[in-house]
Amino acid sequence: MSAKIRKLVTMIEETFSEGGRAVSPPTRRAAAIAVIENTHAGRFVEDLSDLMAIGEELGELLSRRAVAALGIPGEKVESYGKAAAVGEDGELEHAAAILHPKLGAPVRKVLGKGAALIPSSKKRGGLGVTLDIPLGHKDAAFVRSHFDGMEVRVSDAPRANEIMVAIAVTDSGRPHPRVGGLQKHEIRGEDGLR
Amino acid sequence: MPEVVIRKIVTQVEDVFHEGGPAAKQPYRRGAVLAVIANPYAGKYVADIQGFMEDLKPLGLDMAKRLIAALGVAPGEIEGYGKGAVVGSAGEVEHGALWHAPGGYGMREVLGGTKAIVPSAKKVGGPGARLDVPITHVNASFVRSHFDAIEVGIVDAPRAGEMVLVLAMTTGPRVHNRAGGLAAKDIKGEDGLR
Repeated sequence: MSAKIRKLVTMIEETFSEGGRAVSPPTRRAAAIAVIENTHAGRFVEDLSDLMAIGEELGELLSRRAVAALGIPGEKVESYGKAAAVGEDGELEHAAAILHPKLGAPVRKVLGKGAALIPSSKKRGGLGVTLDIPLGHKDAAFVRSHFDGMEVRVSDAPRANEIMVAIAVTDSGRPHPRVGGLQKHEIRGEDGLR
Repeated sequence: MPEVVIRKIVTQVEDVFHEGGPAAKQPYRRGAVLAVIANPYAGKYVADIQGFMEDLKPLGLDMAKRLIAALGVAPGEIEGYGKGAVVGSAGEVEHGALWHAPGGYGMREVLGGTKAIVPSAKKVGGPGARLDVPITHVNASFVRSHFDAIEVGIVDAPRAGEMVLVLAMTTGPRVHNRAGGLAAKDIKGEDGLR
């Protein structure tokens, strides 16, 4: 592992009731978050390939931890998302280097598939900044019941020279979805869209 | 007796590898479990509320078991604990006080009769309210290396008519503890204090 990890955080959320009506089985989602050192904080560095390699490592580590937290095989994951928050001395481009070039492939390996784009968000912020990780169906981005977001936060991160990287996975869509659109049983799951 | 109606359960686990100093051999692991339940006394003054403590006992036990499972350690490896509650705006802080007995009971049952008082914090707050749950050593409150706090919160809870109940546990001292005082190895562990 070339990433210098200060902290790993995992959170699981299970919803038993929404709008006063029972959710059965409960909808479940998990996020795994790594707080790592940003070796490029405070100066402009042209070549970000080391952060891209860290993205590859974290893609596997965080997706494994999040799936393990749900306690299901990777193939049973229904939706996913990723996000990063860069501390105050870093650039948004540092988050992009971790999230976009290499993080996705190991995630898809852990999940068995993942034809859809992994929806993402990024920002710069101080300690305790919130990340809203966008969620979408892993094989068909247009599945409307699975559009969602999961807020995560680590109270003491990111420090100025750190990056917080998060991956979220679910075993379900929203509780009580009823706004129509493409249903998960209708997808082909080949082009990542439908 | 009012029924315990659970809307959501959130579990979070954090592995702390270092905080700028030498990396720990074993990461310091901390976790919390949060249950969002309906507050049966919201919106009205009810004089006799003590019966609800008994109703909450199974939840306290279930949450303690969930937390141990999420931490992935044996009960004997838990060295610190704490508890807390956030009561939604239509309730009283006194309703949060109902968690003292069942929350402590649940953890003592699972951890096998710990000696120290379970430190606690509570307040009335809105959705997303953050709570700093105090942590002390499970058998001797004065152990300085184990004083800590875990910040928790749920973005959409507590609603006005809800309560968030929290249990927290840790597997050891702060990662770079060096502030002296009573050491865990020096405790007698009889009176719960030293």
